[in-house]
Amino acid sequence: MLDKETIVELQGIRRSFSETIALSDLSLSVRRGTVAVLLGPNGAGKTTALRMITGALSPEEGTIRVFGLDPLTNGEEVRSRCGVVPATPAFYERLSGRDNLEFAARMYGLEGNGSIEEAAARFGIDYALDSSARSYSTGMKTRLALARAVLHNPELLLLDEPTAGLDPESARSVLQLIDEVASGGKTVLMSTHLLLEAEGLADQVVMIEGGRALVSGAPAELIRQYWPTPTLILDAIDRSLLNQVMDFDGVSGVKVNGGPVTVALDDIQRVPEVIAQLVRRGVQLTRAVPHEATLEELYFVVRGSRESA
Amino acid sequence: MNFKRMLAITSFNLKQLQKSPDFWIPMLIMGGLFFVVLPAALLFGVTFVQHLQSVKQVGNALGPITQVTGKGLKNKPEAYGLAVHLFAPLAVVVPMTICSAIGANTLVGERERGTGEFLAHCPATEREIYLGKLIASLLPGYAATVVGFGLYSLVVNLIVGPSVGGWFFPTADWWILMFWLIPPFLALALSMILRVSGRVKTAAAAQQSSGLVTLPLILLTYGQSSGTVLGGAGSAIALGAIAWLLAIIGLWRGARAVTRPRLLGIDNV
Repeated sequence: MLDKETIVELQGIRRSFSETIALSDLSLSVRRGTVAVLLGPNGAGKTTALRMITGALSPEEGTIRVFGLDPLTNGEEVRSRCGVVPATPAFYERLSGRDNLEFAARMYGLEGNGSIEEAAARFGIDYALDSSARSYSTGMKTRLALARAVLHNPELLLLDEPTAGLDPESARSVLQLIDEVASGGKTVLMSTHLLLEAEGLADQVVMIEGGRALVSGAPAELIRQYWPTPTLILDAIDRSLLNQVMDFDGVSGVKVNGGPVTVALDDIQRVPEVIAQLVRRGVQLTRAVPHEATLEELYFVVRGSRESA
Repeated sequence: MNFKRMLAITSFNLKQLQKSPDFWIPMLIMGGLFFVVLPAALLFGVTFVQHLQSVKQVGNALGPITQVTGKGLKNKPEAYGLAVHLFAPLAVVVPMTICSAIGANTLVGERERGTGEFLAHCPATEREIYLGKLIASLLPGYAATVVGFGLYSLVVNLIVGPSVGGWFFPTADWWILMFWLIPPFLALALSMILRVSGRVKTAAAAQQSSGLVTLPLILLTYGQSSGTVLGGAGSAIALGAIAWLLAIIGLWRGARAVTRPRLLGIDNV
């Protein structure tokens, strides 16, 4: 039984296409008002998982509950409460952006043009609404797809690789827009294979590979779990002097690779103390960077630990 | 069943057609040729160039046919026979071609463009999508036929009317053909075409396959439409009723052509 705060719950989902197993015993849950990111390489099963949430695809095994409903039997209601941005947003290209949004509005039972103008303005595409969708760039199409997805004010936004094919500037702006939508209280489930995208945006990360979830949780929690030691990266004019940090309190390890030295600490609070001691001993530091693991590092650690297991 | 959504799909598909002059201009030309230009040229030739040997041959050919069906051309010119009996199949070929061209592309087009993903995730049911697209495929062909029928009537009455004592077309048999026989045959053909369109991978394959599917239907309807005009109204009404029944069954079962996985481009469901 789902509590009211759980918006999406997948339990033991299995789905194959011919010989290919797309999802194998996938379980995950997404809570109301959070941004959950499905992180995994291409072919991990992210798109299949998103398509199952709206009931567009059915599982061979397992159960799915969205807003407490089974999308296969209550598809109409579930879909009317979801907004979807597919990996490759496609439009009726002979028609204008406005025509495309009007069609979407009518499919969601909306009347009038107010919501169209508002959604288009929100994603900065209002100036091009009357141009043919064929003339839109990839970035504009993504913005139009986002406008289409939020048109009916959905409770759950499903975004499948929303920055795929975008230049860095457009990708950044799209991520900012997603952040804005999420901060408005919407629940967002987004898939990506770009670890940097998830960084800073995700309340919850689900690492998925081979159709199953490797780990799931808040990024900080996962980092603590899989990357327990904070590190400090040090460099100096005379690097040989940096070896003395091995004797300092709270230093659990030192990695020297000929370049900057990576110092493992028992607590990130040790950083000022380590730097002060080195300076007192006459070491001329050129770099001192406290470092907490990124999602990217976490991802490879998780994968590595799974492979070795 | 949400009729608003279904009609939204229909009107949106019609809007797409309206914005596709590369599609409707050739169809317009075809309709113009079949309903206006060719009949006008032939009827004009038969009516005003009576001495031609070929005209006499037409009259000779029509004589036995109309006698067999009990509708002899007593005291009527050859042009009357041509107008009433020989052009009836045109009323079938034009709408069937238009409907087939639109219908074949309607579902596979969503897959090819990738727009099927939006439909797969939207609240519309599969039946609403199917019926919306079916009506959008049926309407242009049938509308072309009705407009063509009006123009054809005008041509026939203007050219042949004076020689038979005034306006005489459409005859009762043509009314039955246009409003009782043609619609179910179109619907039956479309139910098959949409099934094909839902299953194939490319629009080109859909066009090829729908041609194969509709060819027997065109021949059947062609024969039937000639027979209706040559035969009795009673048999036409009975055959129309059977065609309607088959069309309803075909349309009902044809709804299975639309599935969400197919809209997403996934065949293995």
